[in-house]
Amino acid sequence: MTALIAQGLEKRYGSVIALAGVNLTVEAGELVGLIGANGAGKSTLMKIACGLVRPTAGTAAVCGAPAGSREARRSLGYLAELFRFPGWSTAAEVLALHQQLAGSSRGRPERDELLELVELADAADRRVEGMSKGMQQRLGIAQALIGEPKLLLLDEPTSALDPAGRHDVRTLLLRLRDQGVAVLLNSHLLGELELVCDRVVILAAGREVAAGRPEELTLTGGVEIETGTGIRRFPHATREEIPRLVSQLVSEGVDIYEVSVIRSTLEDVYLQALGRE
Amino acid sequence: MRATLIIAREVVRESIRRRVFAVVLVLTLLFLALFTVASAKAFAAPTPFGFGNGGPVTPGGIVSLSTVTLLGLGVFGSLFLATVLGVFLTLGAVRGDAERGLLQPLVVRPLGRRQFLLGRFAGAAGVCAAYVTVLYTAIVVIVHQAGGQWPGQVVGPGAALIAAVLILIALSLLGSVYLSTIANGIAMFMLYGAGLVSGLLASIGAALGAHTVQTIAHDIAIALPFEGLYEAALHALASNQAGLVRIVINLGPFGAPQAGSAGFYIWAAFYLGLAALAATVGFERRDL
Repeated sequence: MTALIAQGLEKRYGSVIALAGVNLTVEAGELVGLIGANGAGKSTLMKIACGLVRPTAGTAAVCGAPAGSREARRSLGYLAELFRFPGWSTAAEVLALHQQLAGSSRGRPERDELLELVELADAADRRVEGMSKGMQQRLGIAQALIGEPKLLLLDEPTSALDPAGRHDVRTLLLRLRDQGVAVLLNSHLLGELELVCDRVVILAAGREVAAGRPEELTLTGGVEIETGTGIRRFPHATREEIPRLVSQLVSEGVDIYEVSVIRSTLEDVYLQALGRE
Repeated sequence: MRATLIIAREVVRESIRRRVFAVVLVLTLLFLALFTVASAKAFAAPTPFGFGNGGPVTPGGIVSLSTVTLLGLGVFGSLFLATVLGVFLTLGAVRGDAERGLLQPLVVRPLGRRQFLLGRFAGAAGVCAAYVTVLYTAIVVIVHQAGGQWPGQVVGPGAALIAAVLILIALSLLGSVYLSTIANGIAMFMLYGAGLVSGLLASIGAALGAHTVQTIAHDIAIALPFEGLYEAALHALASNQAGLVRIVINLGPFGAPQAGSAGFYIWAAFYLGLAALAATVGFERRDL
């Protein structure tokens, strides 16, 4: 089943156009990344999907139910870009409250499992006000996973995490995807999206300006070979030509240490899509 | 209904865990301690309010006057403290919590926004109703212990006081949908002040026989029925008083010339429903 379908989504805040007709689908077991500058409409798109914002025009459906309906909200987990939990609550209490609201009957085993997953098992009884920002973000991720959601909407889930924490989240997302969970991920960390996403969608001024698999979007820019006498560049060569190039150099008596295909990064693609070099 | 109860329980937990509860508790204990001392001193004074033996008011009347005045003071204090508690529990419930990011994780769960608001109201109302009940009972008992008299009615004024606080909580929730936390707090205490001023206007109007002043006070009491309920509570406390004592009470700061009517109570209930409806409609239309 398609986890999220957005068709012709428009959103205006007074004279400001946040979304100007966006179409998007996220299939079960697919990890889609949203890229765009601040104000491009990424968060608005997510908020429409989870019912926090009403679209001006267009429709959105989550697992077949209209976005914002209770049926739709039963199927999703959401982590907002700016979120907070009550400082007086402990991590376990936050999760217990969300379990009750989500109608999850898995009780303590689910809480323990999720806290373990985000490496907060030792902080279950710690109050939120005593947690670092990174710990709160981990708790936010655990909260979003309550009730085994079919669609996960994550708005900048790793912004407060250290590199190890980001790695853990990437591993978690890949695992969830393998379990059939659909993930819509919004992040400014393009390298991170490139590593985990099946597909990325670039938004600019509320419109989709590019979309595709990261490897399709990031074009090859030749081959680079490190030899004993220095780096040799073959700007028009493709990956398929590498064996021939290596054979040729070896036959010429050149020592080869490393061969790499040069690709444009997602950042290059993003800047190009935005009309900036 | 289940989600409403969950949210209401969270409000109760919040009120217990947060420092605001400790502050209110300390203030309450301080208020009750001072009130106990004031009650003992008032009944022990040879000429309370300037009335001595041989004056126009009998010794029994002086005790009644002291009783009703102290009860009026206690009810005023109870309303103020309960209002502080109720407003602090609700003034940022929607816009304030949305701006801080507390609201979004909750309302994306499969509960209706109406249920959420109802839960916030029920939680704050439960905490404040319990608080008012305890405080009001303590005041009635303290005054009785000091002066030996019970008020004209005991249950009615307490119920009116609770109803007044519920209306203030509903208004605070309504304000939280449209106003930021600080703006809502300011608006609520200005409304509260306006209500008290209208009560004083009513007393002055009655004392002077100024019909226009009384009409203005009456209209404000209709627009802000918590004030009318407070006045009804004051009136019921002194319902067993008559003659000169009654006149003197009405001239004082805790006098209430008008008793609450059935029509007014129906209006207060309707007003509560209207505030709840306006808050719900506003919240359901609000983008978060």
